[in-house]
Amino acid sequence: MKLIIAIIQPYKLEEVKEELYKADVNLLTVSEVLGHGRQKGVTEVYRGARETGNLLRKIRLEIAVNDNFLEPTIKAIAKGAKTGETGDGKIFVLDLKECIRIRTEERGAIAIG
Amino acid sequence: MINAGDTAWVLMSAALVLLMTPGLAFFYGGMVRRKNILSVLMQCFIIMCVLSLQWVLIGYSLSFGPAKGFWGGLQWFGLNGVGLAPYADYAGTIPHQAFMIFQAMFAIITPALIIGAFAERMKFSAFLIFTLLWATFVYDPLCHWVWGMGGWLRNLGALDFAGGTVVHINAGIAALVMAIVLGRRNNLEKNVPAPHNMPFVVLGTALLWFGWFGFNGGSALAANGLAVNAFVVTNTAAASAGLSWALIEWMRGGKPTIFGVCSGAVAGLVAITPAAGFVSVVPAIIIGLLVSVFCFIAVTAIKPLFGYDDSLDAFGVHCVGGIWGALATGLFASKLVNSAGANGVFFGNPKQFLIQLFTVGVTTVYTGTVTFIIYKLVDIFIGVRVDDKSEAMGLDLTQHCERAYTILE
Repeated sequence: MKLIIAIIQPYKLEEVKEELYKADVNLLTVSEVLGHGRQKGVTEVYRGARETGNLLRKIRLEIAVNDNFLEPTIKAIAKGAKTGETGDGKIFVLDLKECIRIRTEERGAIAIG
Repeated sequence: MINAGDTAWVLMSAALVLLMTPGLAFFYGGMVRRKNILSVLMQCFIIMCVLSLQWVLIGYSLSFGPAKGFWGGLQWFGLNGVGLAPYADYAGTIPHQAFMIFQAMFAIITPALIIGAFAERMKFSAFLIFTLLWATFVYDPLCHWVWGMGGWLRNLGALDFAGGTVVHINAGIAALVMAIVLGRRNNLEKNVPAPHNMPFVVLGTALLWFGWFGFNGGSALAANGLAVNAFVVTNTAAASAGLSWALIEWMRGGKPTIFGVCSGAVAGLVAITPAAGFVSVVPAIIIGLLVSVFCFIAVTAIKPLFGYDDSLDAFGVHCVGGIWGALATGLFASKLVNSAGANGVFFGNPKQFLIQLFTVGVTTVYTGTVTFIIYKLVDIFIGVRVDDKSEAMGLDLTQHCERAYTILE
């Protein structure tokens, strides 16, 4: 079992979701986060004052998958999130020790899907 | 002869009607996704700026000027000759400029209503040019035909007390055209976006309801019994339509929703608008109860069936509600309410219904055609729709470099 954490551009979320559905991955957690990016942020202007701080808005996805779903999920995220420019984000893959479905207390691979 | 009471009421009403545009901004703004709320508020506010100027420079003259024909002419360019003495053809007891500024507020809110159809995907520059052209080539002529002295629909006997045709059907048809030609927003298939701030929708509805007393009550152009009639039936229709929408939701097995009550109340206000000065209170209840049925069908059945993306239901509420109101005026109008009006079908004058129907037809054809032409022109020269990336990022950031909400301080 693996836990995939991906940081993507906020405006790419819809496309990533689309790709994930196509790959039959329907379970994910999404949160809005701020992070230090390598690229310059979106410029905002308030009464003439420019704001280009490098804390950028990103979307963080967390997806727990069984090993056979790992590659399709990574491909789907990359396909949906890629623009080819800096700032497209990162995908992290972690070993997942355990997964428990609260309703039934099932454990392991069966609890993920 | 200027009457102080009349003047005070009309000026107060003008202020009430102005407040409807920011009210509409919140009504619509609450319905869009949070990345687009500023764009909607901005579109409504900039219309207040741009059309206020257009109106005093040319709009009022084109709409209400003394010339006969397509437009009222440019004799009153820059309010030349529109002074502080009454102009008896329109309102004999208030300064001419009081009538002018009251009408200005109608010219402002009408194009603002169309925003509901193209929300979340229109380029700001294109929106500005579209709005200015639309006000000049659609609103002003139609206003002249229906309300202007010598306007041909007015001479025909069409009844439109406060703008069911000129404001609501007009904006609603334009909305339908824009929704169709502009196309659907991206990524709608999997999930139709939920309104991002329902309390804003409620706030906007409250401001609209409040402002509508000026819209309809002020259209009596005097502080008199007719204004009171309009005030009472306006409140009655809004109330019955809000209730009726909630009951429809409930009876269909769902829960009654605040969004439903708000949609119904606005639909009721739209429907009573043309009738407010011609019908009494029982017809107002019927008009209100039924408008929610028609609008509910329009937004929950007809829209999905044809697949046009009238994002915030500008057509489904304003045009459908407006047409019902215009036709209901032909059914329920009574000279007992307003001796200067006419009788409707139920008071022995079926011809009035046909006149109302004809007026709806003329508006549909004229507004539909010219809106399409204006869209095409703007699209050829600067492009109307934002690119996919801007649409995905939201119009607040890409069109205005601003965000409505922060995550951290």
